[in-house]
Amino acid sequence: MHFAKIALTTAALALSPAAAYAIDISGAGATFPYPIYAKWADSYKKETGNGLNYQSIGSGGGIKQIKAKTVTFGATDAPLTGKDLEESGLVQFPMVMGSVTPVVNLEGVKPGELTLDGPTLAQIYLGQIKSWDDAAIVKLNPNLKLPKQAIVPVRRSDGSGTTYNFAYYLAEVSPDWKTKVGVSTALQWPVGIGAKGNEGVAGNVAQTKGSIGYVEYAYAKENKMIFTKMINKAGKAVAPGSDSVQSAAASADWNSVPGFGVILANQPGDQSWPMAAATWILMYKKPEKSAEAAEALKFFAWAYAKGGAMADSLDYVPMPQKVVTDIMKMWSADIKDASGKPLYSPTN
Amino acid sequence: MASGERDVSEVALKGASAPLAVSSSRAAVLKRLRLTDAIFHGLTRGASLAVLALLSGVIIALIIGAAPALGTFGFGFLFDESWNPVTERFGALAPIFGTLVTSFIAMLIAVPVGLMVAFFLTELCPKMLRRPIGIAIELLAGIPSIIYGIWGLFVFAPFLQQHVQPLFIDTFQNVPVLSILFAGPPYGIGMFTAGLILAIMVLPFVTSISRDVFDAVPPVLKEAAYGVGCTTWEVFRYVVLPFTRVGVIGGFMLGLGRALGETMAVTFVIGNAHHVSASLFAPGTTISASIANEFTEAVGDLYTSSLIALGLILFFITFIVLAIARYMLLRLQRQGK
Repeated sequence: MHFAKIALTTAALALSPAAAYAIDISGAGATFPYPIYAKWADSYKKETGNGLNYQSIGSGGGIKQIKAKTVTFGATDAPLTGKDLEESGLVQFPMVMGSVTPVVNLEGVKPGELTLDGPTLAQIYLGQIKSWDDAAIVKLNPNLKLPKQAIVPVRRSDGSGTTYNFAYYLAEVSPDWKTKVGVSTALQWPVGIGAKGNEGVAGNVAQTKGSIGYVEYAYAKENKMIFTKMINKAGKAVAPGSDSVQSAAASADWNSVPGFGVILANQPGDQSWPMAAATWILMYKKPEKSAEAAEALKFFAWAYAKGGAMADSLDYVPMPQKVVTDIMKMWSADIKDASGKPLYSPTN
Repeated sequence: MASGERDVSEVALKGASAPLAVSSSRAAVLKRLRLTDAIFHGLTRGASLAVLALLSGVIIALIIGAAPALGTFGFGFLFDESWNPVTERFGALAPIFGTLVTSFIAMLIAVPVGLMVAFFLTELCPKMLRRPIGIAIELLAGIPSIIYGIWGLFVFAPFLQQHVQPLFIDTFQNVPVLSILFAGPPYGIGMFTAGLILAIMVLPFVTSISRDVFDAVPPVLKEAAYGVGCTTWEVFRYVVLPFTRVGVIGGFMLGLGRALGETMAVTFVIGNAHHVSASLFAPGTTISASIANEFTEAVGDLYTSSLIALGLILFFITFIVLAIARYMLLRLQRQGK
């Protein structure tokens, strides 16, 4: 009985006109943008009938999958280099932005009360600043009463785009960090405890007195964690959030790196958050399945045009319009089917 | 099959009364029985060979996967503490160290406690309490390891950080060896905490196996010992333990096997840092925790290969533990004769 009902419904669905033309776009990669991609996909399906299947398997996995051509697009938090893109015949463009935010667990300190700067943060994670009453921290926070308590640095134990962006910023502001630790999705950490995923770091910081960690801003906000302010390149103390990320994105020169692979760390601008971060999409210039690639581009164009409010509601930051225009120009110029016809044209 | 069995009994009965008439059908039945037996033989052999094939398949896959890392780093892989994805230099010392230390702490606590619980349950416990305690121990074994991990991180680690670890650090500040073993700062999370969680997880294995073997001690032995004036401790030490040592070692090894390979609970509370530290309060990592943490996002062949090499090492450690257990059992059996 039950089975017959399912069979009937399936048959009815298969016959209905919307489903007949539906193409499922598949993508895989970064975990950081997964919530917004899922939300966009949901709304897009309601509007057009076309589904998007995105697997959040991690940036490294996303790069592997697109190179193995098992998906229409890959997604990564750490951009590929121009050389790598060239060799593999891929194009890359940023989809949405977020930010990395330090969070602390300190008795009597409320969200946004503690202020840190890049060099101090680097020294904490290098193990050179060991206690909360260290002169460097006290100097930045003359009005706070800081305890003589050991600092417990918490960081990611799994490879992560969040770590990449965090390390990139520390390397920008601290020569010591650059030579001793370097920049990658996974690092050899001099000190601290490792936890898996944003939620792992958030959980460890919440449970460990005197700890400091770094998470995506959305996590800090949702879990009501004690985020810190940061001194930016202009020397101003700024709070994390949508405005300061947009300021950083507006100050960046997006065309300076192939594949729009600009890391938004330490951007100029009075309002700029120093650890803003974008997340990228990877696609082939000449995709084997051009119909699906064209559908994917339509979806991305839709997300740029209509997805801003949804991104905002989940604490992501939409790309600046100027950058989106450049990205679409690049689509028309670079992504083509086998006959050399562009897969995206702004009119359809 | 059922009809086949009925046939046999009928044939047997008839065979007794009228041997000649049924001899041809009996031959047919016997032939069929031989055939089913041959098939059963084949199936059992096939199943056993499949296990062998699986085992060797796993070893071969691990060796092939680990080859690039072992080729690059050679034997030094075992003794190198660095684990640097940026410069692609990897060594297994820290995970091996963490695996052995946490398992050692776990066994150090779980074995005496488990033996005592088992002895209490079999010898001293009032009948009323025996079932509840026994069931509680078995439930402890049934708790999924992720629950231990969450409990460890959210309840146990903060408790240790605020109450237990500062006490240890202050108390042993000026004691020669202990001041190094229990050096601060108190993170709450670290090898010590991981060892304690593992001890709780291993405890039910040690307890339930010891309880079963203690139950198998002939009462007459114990009664005789009590009869000549032995104390309870003497009965435990000189009668029950020697009689059951093979089983107890079996339980010990089963527990150790779990401690060595446990992943989820450990990765929550150990701190996942590739460091070798003398202090038990320092964060460390184990082989299985490293693999679980890093495999999904390992970029580059050498990184992935190093993680597989870690898996191969864990395989060997477990193999060595089993081999030692076998050897000890053999020696004990020889001594017994």
